Amino acid sequence: METIDATALILARLQFSFTIGVHILFPSFTIGLASYLAVLEGLWLWTGRQVYIRLFKYWIKIFAVVFAMGVVSGIVMSYEFGTNWAVFSDKTGPILGPLLAYEVMSAFFLEAGFLGIMLFGLTKVGKKLHFAATLMVAVGTFFSAFWILSANSWMQTPVGYSINDVGQFVPEDWVQIIFNPSFPYRLMHMVLAAYLTTAFVVGAVGALHLLRDRASEGARVMFSMAMWMAAIVAPIQIGVGDMHGLNTLEYQPAKVAAMEGHFETQKGAPLLLFGIPDMEAEETRYAIGIPKLGSIILTHKVDGELVGLKEFAKEDRPNALILFWAFRLMVGLGTLMALVGLYSLWLRWRGDLYNVPMFHRLAVLMAPAGFIAVLAGWTVTEVGRQPFTVYGLLRTAQSVSPIDAPAVATSLALFVIIYFLVFGFGVYYILRMMNQAPNPGQSPEATTHPTGIDSLISSTPDREQKS
Amino acid sequence: MIDLATIWAGLLALSVLIYVILDGFDLGIGILYPFFRKGEERSTAMNTVAPVWDGNETWLVLSGGGLLAAFPLAYSIVMSALYVPILAMLFGLIFRGVSFEFRLRDPKHIAIWDAGFFGGSLVATFSQGIVLGAFIQGIEVQGRAYSGGWFDWLTPFSLFTGLSLVFGYAFLGAMWLILRTEGALRARLYRMSMPLMAIVFALVGVVSLWTPFLSPEIFERWFTMPTLLYLLPVPVLAAFLAWRIYVSLKRQIDHWPFPLALGLFILSYAGLGISIFPYVVPRAITVAQAASPDASLGFMLIGAVIFLPLILIYTGYSYWIFRGKVKAGDGYH
Repeated sequence: METIDATALILARLQFSFTIGVHILFPSFTIGLASYLAVLEGLWLWTGRQVYIRLFKYWIKIFAVVFAMGVVSGIVMSYEFGTNWAVFSDKTGPILGPLLAYEVMSAFFLEAGFLGIMLFGLTKVGKKLHFAATLMVAVGTFFSAFWILSANSWMQTPVGYSINDVGQFVPEDWVQIIFNPSFPYRLMHMVLAAYLTTAFVVGAVGALHLLRDRASEGARVMFSMAMWMAAIVAPIQIGVGDMHGLNTLEYQPAKVAAMEGHFETQKGAPLLLFGIPDMEAEETRYAIGIPKLGSIILTHKVDGELVGLKEFAKEDRPNALILFWAFRLMVGLGTLMALVGLYSLWLRWRGDLYNVPMFHRLAVLMAPAGFIAVLAGWTVTEVGRQPFTVYGLLRTAQSVSPIDAPAVATSLALFVIIYFLVFGFGVYYILRMMNQAPNPGQSPEATTHPTGIDSLISSTPDREQKS
Repeated sequence: MIDLATIWAGLLALSVLIYVILDGFDLGIGILYPFFRKGEERSTAMNTVAPVWDGNETWLVLSGGGLLAAFPLAYSIVMSALYVPILAMLFGLIFRGVSFEFRLRDPKHIAIWDAGFFGGSLVATFSQGIVLGAFIQGIEVQGRAYSGGWFDWLTPFSLFTGLSLVFGYAFLGAMWLILRTEGALRARLYRMSMPLMAIVFALVGVVSLWTPFLSPEIFERWFTMPTLLYLLPVPVLAAFLAWRIYVSLKRQIDHWPFPLALGLFILSYAGLGISIFPYVVPRAITVAQAASPDASLGFMLIGAVIFLPLILIYTGYSYWIFRGKVKAGDGYH
């Protein structure tokens, strides 16, 4: 226990980052998609337009596959804390455990309980109750985000605790713990990121089918809805991201210094656009930056002082090379998403939203943008918390289970093989479903599964002509 | 005196029990999968659980998360001690969980996902049985950490409990399918159920007799007066239920075998609980030693009081909506 095997530690960290990194892709998509499905079903009930229920039917199959992958990769997470991070679990269980238990009780059961009705129940419970089930699933995804981000944020900005005689963090004030200083920003940032991720996937699928058939109503509606989301949410996300960054500067200045590639404390610090931070040499090589802009963005003052990494003991610094580039990747993609959204407004105003194939091709290319940005952003936040699991209080090296390196190496290899195999198939199925046109009568599933939503569509009068 | 730690020990035991009986029958269907005809029979069997499996598995997440929250010390020791079977279980659950959707999305390769559903269910169940056996037989603890090797769990007893759980879940799955299916599939299940029942009864009997000999402490609990008298109803009731299952299978009364089999599971589970309490890591860490402070347990209890009844209500509602015999070709979304 006293001397943790360095190899075992690295392997345990790799395994956790791999499994959580794969897992986060699924909720990033389902949080947004559940809300999108609720909106589609709501619009269908409200307007009676068939295109909405057709799109609902189109996306719910994709949702079901993504959700299943989210469930199975999520169960792994709930046990991996114990299998690989036993000391962390023992010490933080009294605080993080209840937050996770609330997540399970308020969110997972809600999602799982109503998912069955959402997927299979339309003909059994009727439209209104079915819509209620869809709403419950959407609400469940939000509750889930609430609790898990509260727990994660507490690890970043721990408050409201004391330490007992066996070294456990124990709760003193639950309101402080749940609404810890970084939580509101991280929650907003992540939920908006999930909406954007979904918007760009839906937009890409809409664009793909517009490229094939510009008149396709389904493609038009989903492309238009997605571009509205992009135009509205992406700029808001930039603002929220800025607030999140300022909050990080206040509570985790070392993380921000690493993100910016600043080793020296400076007044009027530049914003580096390029550079290779070198942790050993304690400098950022080949730095190209805009003078003063770093201070202006982070302190809102031209000569504001920014703390550099050298202010922190060497063993307390996060890896600046990873943070610097992950941060730039996220910000770059976020900016691109906002530009796409704003350009769509211009096209819409000119009446050309469905008529510019170049823009549709760009939208197709943007399909993975949200996922990459989410991974990059989480890399910033999690690598930036290192070398601690509970920031400033519990070191990662002192959090790990007493498991030998060969055991962790074996499990890591199996995770990599199984995830690539199973989720590779899943992604392939999703892409194949997305490749099908969102029009009635063209989906082979519609004929092989005659019950459920299909039969309901044919039994409701088509009011499309009136609208 | 009932304290918060005891309440949480009870709630967690309940959560694990609900998991075992709910995911038990749905894993059991996976274990029986090769015995069903390809195509319609397999789809029908799967459709009986497709709307509820995810909810069933959520009890496993609650059990894990709840253990972390209420008894973090036990969670950290047990999970690292049982590293191999826990991860094997998770791998198995991955394959079977995605099979529900994947086999519908890829009719050409349905055989792959049928195999995944069977193999995943089998591995997950066998691992859970090993976890159970390894847990009962005891875990080596030093200070606040597991101090054994990473193959300590591997003993004849744990392998035997693994095997027993595979047959146990398969039996539960068969009883569930008798309740929920008709025609040739139902008839096939009735033919399978008699030998399956005989095996399960024999295995449960052996585990029940083997357990007291794992440690003098368990032996003493079961075989000293007057506790023997208090505990006597457990085996007696189990024998009665076994007889009723036999009768209802023989007379082919579709709706009885499943609830009776559940009763048998609950009794076996109660027997295990009696062997273990008041330990949360058998014979090493007690409930009180591992418990989170009352500030954690109390806060969580508020949530449990609010949410657990709601969960039971809407889970029950979902089962109610999808009740009755599932007909071949009954649809999907």
